[in-house]
Amino acid sequence: MTTTTSIRRSGLGKAIGGVGRAREFGILIALALVVIAATAKNPNFLFSADGWRDLLLTPSILVLVAVGQAIVIITRNVDLSVGSVMGLTAYLTGRLFIDIPGIPIIVVVIAAVVFGALLGLVNGALVAFAKVPAMVITLGTLYAYRGINVLWAGSDRVNASDMPKDFLALGTAQLIGIPVLAIVALIVLAIAAWYMRNTRAGREYYAIGSDPAAAELYGLKVTRRLLTAFVLSGALAGLAGVFYAARYGSVSSQAGAGWELDAVGAAVIGGIAITGGVGSVWGAAIGAMLLMTINRALPILGIQDFWQRAVVGALIIGAIVLDRLLAVRQKRRLIEARDES
Amino acid sequence: MTATTATATTRVIREHDRPLWQRLLLTREMAIIALLIVVIVVAMTTVKGFAQPITLNYLLLDVAPILLIALPMALIMVTGEIDLSVGSMVGLASVVTGVLTQAGAPFEVAALAALAVGVVGGAVNGFLVTVVGLPSLAVTIGTLALFRGLAVGLLGTTAVTDFPEMWTALAKAKIAGTTIPYITVPFLILLVVFVVLLHFTPFGRGIYAIGLSKDAARFSGVHVERTKFILFVLAGVVAAFAGIFFTLRFGSARGDNATGLELQVIAAVVLGGVSVFGGRGQLHGVVAAVLLIGVLSSALRLANVTSDVINIITGGLLVASVVAASLLAWAQRLRAKAGPPLRSAAASTP
Repeated sequence: MTTTTSIRRSGLGKAIGGVGRAREFGILIALALVVIAATAKNPNFLFSADGWRDLLLTPSILVLVAVGQAIVIITRNVDLSVGSVMGLTAYLTGRLFIDIPGIPIIVVVIAAVVFGALLGLVNGALVAFAKVPAMVITLGTLYAYRGINVLWAGSDRVNASDMPKDFLALGTAQLIGIPVLAIVALIVLAIAAWYMRNTRAGREYYAIGSDPAAAELYGLKVTRRLLTAFVLSGALAGLAGVFYAARYGSVSSQAGAGWELDAVGAAVIGGIAITGGVGSVWGAAIGAMLLMTINRALPILGIQDFWQRAVVGALIIGAIVLDRLLAVRQKRRLIEARDES
Repeated sequence: MTATTATATTRVIREHDRPLWQRLLLTREMAIIALLIVVIVVAMTTVKGFAQPITLNYLLLDVAPILLIALPMALIMVTGEIDLSVGSMVGLASVVTGVLTQAGAPFEVAALAALAVGVVGGAVNGFLVTVVGLPSLAVTIGTLALFRGLAVGLLGTTAVTDFPEMWTALAKAKIAGTTIPYITVPFLILLVVFVVLLHFTPFGRGIYAIGLSKDAARFSGVHVERTKFILFVLAGVVAAFAGIFFTLRFGSARGDNATGLELQVIAAVVLGGVSVFGGRGQLHGVVAAVLLIGVLSSALRLANVTSDVINIITGGLLVASVVAASLLAWAQRLRAKAGPPLRSAAASTP
């Protein structure tokens, strides 16, 4: 894994050096094709006010969750609890508005993000200190968090009428023709991308994911980094929970169920290697956009939306097979290059 | 990965330093079995209605799909791989059975076709993991969506509910004179097959070897790829069988049948002592863990505790069991450091 990443960066020949970027570019082209095909069939898909808004708005929530998931997967872990975290924070959002009338929106947002971060901290602490595989821990907290949610909410649901109008307006509000939620998601994405690419901490996630043992030997603070990765994933899922409440206006105890697989799927489609150390948050975000856009484009293309999951599955498999082929080809070229020198 | 292998090997060596009775009784599997017995006893004495024989019937019918699928899943996880697509395969097999029956095919033919779909689905997983060389977690997340998508796509939101009375009755029928459902018979047969396969054949020893160290296993002549391929096909076929049972038991084939079942199976398998890193785990622990979760949920349901608490308990048990194991190992390491020198250390002093 280390070799693959370092080679992608060393820019061995422009053609191969671009593989890492080309990977995200490929997904972007796929996304563009889907949008073009759907628009050709029905111009309203892109060229109506609603179509344009939905195109950007619908994926925003998954983008946030996928970015958090990407950071965790890059460290060679996985966070299966994000769907449950999102559900809990979405319910918390509604609950705060009901129980504390007149609470400022920003306080609710901060509370939800902090709560999500705390839930992520629980995951991270169990993974980092108890040295138990993340898959098992987060599978456990997936159930536990969802259980707490159902216990708390019961058969209650938070309805649009329970939440202030200003908050719900956020869900559809636009700034110069771009939905506010999409702008927030883009800002978060840009910060995450900068953090992962340019800071010491960001590079250490990649190092840990490439080779955990080597990272430890090298003296990296593996425990602290793992904790941070899970806290970030939880916090982003928390923010996504607020988005969810604002966007859909109604939160039941099952909100966000099954999103963990969409988030992992988005990351994998976007070129994040499940074995860690490879990929970028941009890729994960584009993967999330592709997933959600296909979802909306299929009915327009005359395919019943029942087939959506099948298409998603085929996409995930296609993406990982493609990654594998690229990696194999790259390895062969490298060996040739080494033999020549 | 090297670090894990090293600890796994030292664990095996340390294991053989302990006396035989300790090795047999002080195991994780035995802890789960003991917990199972305690829970059963407590439930029988405190929960009204649990001690009735009919409880056993519902309990076994409820856990049957998980019990069945946990067998191949345990083997796959011992090799260090995972199969997340089993729940979707249950749904797909259910839909295939339903669609073919609806189209006029005899039920037996439809069921055989569903089993064939299971073989093909498992082979797809196996092919992508062993021949293409992809990580099974990523592959089976893909096939999870793919199989579920095919199931939902084939049937939409409709359901097929028209199945031969004879078969639906058989799925719920009890063995004469008891409250044990007939599904227990194929399960027991499969259990014997898998126990023999895992614990008493070279193939099974190969499974452990692969989980401990894939490279070492290959150098020792274990057919790593072939073994994994066979296991994925087995998981597909058993999941398809569970799907047919699921369809008959509820008399309904739907695209969303058994959604999320994979996580329940994996939770039970891990709780039963199978290491996610591979190389460790035994089937009696797995079966006890599935039953433990089943008994807990049925006792709680009888005690009028809602199903959400069961979720918390499943999750909590899972986390607690792995954390406890890891704390225990940590305590042992501390003791080993502070305590008197071990046998090996004593031997090395002149």
